[in-house]
Amino acid sequence: MSEYFWLIPFFPAISSLILVIFGRWLPKKYVSIQAPLAVFLSFLFGLKAFLALSQSPVETEGAALAKTLFSWIQSGQFQIDFTFWFDPLTAVMVLVVSGVGFIIHVYSIGYMAEDRSYTRYFSLLNLFTFAMLLLVMSQNVVLMFVGWEGVGLCSYLLIGFWFEKPAAASAGKKAFIVNRIGDAAFILGIFFLILNLKTASFPEINHALSSGQVSSALATLIGLLLFIGATGKSAQIPLYVWLPDAMEGPTPVSALIHAATMVTAGVYMVSRFNLLYSYSPAASEIVAIIGALTAVYAGTIALTQNDIKRILAYSTISQIGYMFLGCGVGAYAAGMFHLYTHAFFKSLLFLAAGSVMHALSGELDMRKMGGLKKYLPLTYPTFLIGAITIAGVPFFSGFFSKDAILTQCYAQGKYLLWALGLGGAVITAFYMFRLIFLTFHGQERFSAEVRHHLHESPPVMTIPLIILAFFSVVAGYVGLPVVFGHNLNWFEQFLEPVLKGRAEAHLSLSLEWFLIIVSVAVALTGIALAYLLYQKSPLLPHQLVRRFPRFYRLLLNKYYVDEIYEAAFVQPLVRGSEAVYYGFDLPVIDGAVNGSARLMAFFGRILSLFQTGQVRDYALIFLIGVALILGLVIF
Amino acid sequence: MPPASFFILSCVLFSLGGLAFLIKRDLITQFMAIEIMLNGANLALVAAAKLWGSLAGQVLVFFVITVAAAEAAVGLAIILLIYRQKKNIRSEEINQLKG
Amino acid sequence: MAEKMAVFLFFLFAVVSLAAVIGMIFSRHQAHNALLLAVAFTALGGLFALLNAPFIAAVQIIIYAGAIMVLFIFVIMMVDLRQPLPAAKKRWVYWLGAGLMIVVLTELIFVLRSLPSGSHTAEPDFGSPRALGQILFTKYLYAFEITSILIVAALVGALYLARRREKD
Repeated sequence: MSEYFWLIPFFPAISSLILVIFGRWLPKKYVSIQAPLAVFLSFLFGLKAFLALSQSPVETEGAALAKTLFSWIQSGQFQIDFTFWFDPLTAVMVLVVSGVGFIIHVYSIGYMAEDRSYTRYFSLLNLFTFAMLLLVMSQNVVLMFVGWEGVGLCSYLLIGFWFEKPAAASAGKKAFIVNRIGDAAFILGIFFLILNLKTASFPEINHALSSGQVSSALATLIGLLLFIGATGKSAQIPLYVWLPDAMEGPTPVSALIHAATMVTAGVYMVSRFNLLYSYSPAASEIVAIIGALTAVYAGTIALTQNDIKRILAYSTISQIGYMFLGCGVGAYAAGMFHLYTHAFFKSLLFLAAGSVMHALSGELDMRKMGGLKKYLPLTYPTFLIGAITIAGVPFFSGFFSKDAILTQCYAQGKYLLWALGLGGAVITAFYMFRLIFLTFHGQERFSAEVRHHLHESPPVMTIPLIILAFFSVVAGYVGLPVVFGHNLNWFEQFLEPVLKGRAEAHLSLSLEWFLIIVSVAVALTGIALAYLLYQKSPLLPHQLVRRFPRFYRLLLNKYYVDEIYEAAFVQPLVRGSEAVYYGFDLPVIDGAVNGSARLMAFFGRILSLFQTGQVRDYALIFLIGVALILGLVIF
Repeated sequence: MPPASFFILSCVLFSLGGLAFLIKRDLITQFMAIEIMLNGANLALVAAAKLWGSLAGQVLVFFVITVAAAEAAVGLAIILLIYRQKKNIRSEEINQLKG
Repeated sequence: MAEKMAVFLFFLFAVVSLAAVIGMIFSRHQAHNALLLAVAFTALGGLFALLNAPFIAAVQIIIYAGAIMVLFIFVIMMVDLRQPLPAAKKRWVYWLGAGLMIVVLTELIFVLRSLPSGSHTAEPDFGSPRALGQILFTKYLYAFEITSILIVAALVGALYLARRREKD
């Protein structure tokens, strides 16, 4: 059955099509079964293909399964085919996308149960899954770009799902436009790639790279351009501004698209191009620096936010920064490992937050929560597991993946980046537990009205939480670090054939242990600080705010970046557009069109003077014509 | 009798009929002018039949006369209708298709 | 002798028809116009006879001068034409019309200069009802039949159009 792997993207595609065309007449119960089932089928086929891949020895190119559906673009010597393939890197992504996607589909059945546009939601979710699978399964970068754009479109449609809300509509617009800026750079990168290498397919690109046809300068150019696209799609500095706003969409959407899958597409892309980046130390450096900076920067913003989903959004930005940090220092396996674990715990956190929202009738502000521990017996423990995992506490998956990245940083000699990463870890642990303490512990700060409606979520929502929590704990064990034994990092071994451009570095065992202990200490410090500020001495935060009011406001207002962008980019563009519109478009273009119409009308009016309605005049013109034609004939 | 004279006569008849049509201002007379033009054509046709020795010209005239008769019947019926509507038959006043 | 007779008759009929038509142009009374037209048709019938088309001549007189002119006269009778026409508004049309017709006339004559002179010696049977009938019912049968349908259609149409309406 593994030879049918290319069907994987088509299950959700067909499901989405059916829902779009026939959705109006389909009962809700049917939709609830079809949509998740499609994704589950993709997962099954992906699993089968993965098993086939892991059993058979993988050749050097790493791609055991490939299928060309049809030849798409043919221009002289240059050809791009609609080709899917399934190599270890793709396998990881497919399993994550379809697996987590399936769980989120199930959760959505409960979360969106009351919504008017239930069917539209699922058709869009399926469409997104199709686009994402297309992205990760494509064998060439142009087809990948189709999926890239597709997920961007679905993101727009899903963020603005409740389009009657102006905030949601403009958030969707913002996401799409900011993404577009990144995509422009991405397309330029593709153009340079095709122009110089005459090919777009990954095996051929890698072949060209390893046979020395690509200069370092070219690799840097392409790598940077592609990476700018990745900063847009994966919400890094400077194009991250859309992600916090994207929280206007339904919470499962935030979990799936803005935590587990779409935003990780950039990381996948960089990993896919690992050989290219290995030929350009400059580009890799920039990737790592941006990743590290973003990790810390976003974390600091998360420190002061009061909206649960905003905190999680900035947390996502920060964690993806870690993934890019890993890729940037050549530890692509570590970066992908973090992508994989992050998918579980971040979607868990989002879905659990959704459960909290559901319980509190839509409240998101932590200042109106507190003490929910006893009301939400299933949501609280799962949320807590997610928080522990992301904080990097050992034996949970987040610890293994984050530690892998930081260890590689240190091993490559990038001590500054390593320090930044550690700093980010403290901040991460701190804000996550701030969230936990403020939401679930302490005084209850919600109204009696809300308390009356407080209830735990239905099983269709809590069971996914439990499943995700389970994976958040155990998923890390496929990638055990060297300290526990050599060759226990199955994850890295699985990906090895694909990651030709990785940087190998080894540390002594004692150094590895040392680094682990530092990481753990850092995580526990963050948790302890949060406990101090929010459990033990709840007055302390307020005192700090009073001592450093401007600093606090800077963080609270996200460093005013949105305002800066608005003034520096958006307003000039809007003004410029208005000027062109009133100065040129209306008078010249509309003028020309309307003018020619008026000219024709004028001629028409002149001609109508001939139509007097009198037979005699018509006969006159008739005979004039006869005379003229006869004259012509004769002479 | 040279056939040319017959043809010249038919041309003159045709032109006179056209002139009459343009000059006259009542429908019935204009209609009569059309009949004159038809007759001019008929004359030319019969002369041509004699000239070329083919009976086709005469056959054509036969049909022309027939159709002209039918046309006269219908046309006159329409003129009657117009009179009933407008109580006069001045062709200048029939200009509903103006513009 | 017959030749001279033919020329005389030609001129006779030609002059009569031209005079009738010109008279028609200048006359203001429709009844006069109708009668003048009948005269013109009859003259033309004579011309047809001169051209070895006896049957056509007869048809011309019977149908044109007979039936059609009677139709005209009936309609003239039914229409009240006592009110005089108002003064003509566009006098220049007359001059334009005249000029135009002169131009057309000239052109037509020009066209007809290229015709051969001399006529074809005709069989004695030429133009007789028998000859016409023969050719009409063989070579031109379709046209004949369709024309008869046409006549029926015109008949029905004219009847329907001119029927007496209920006074409402």
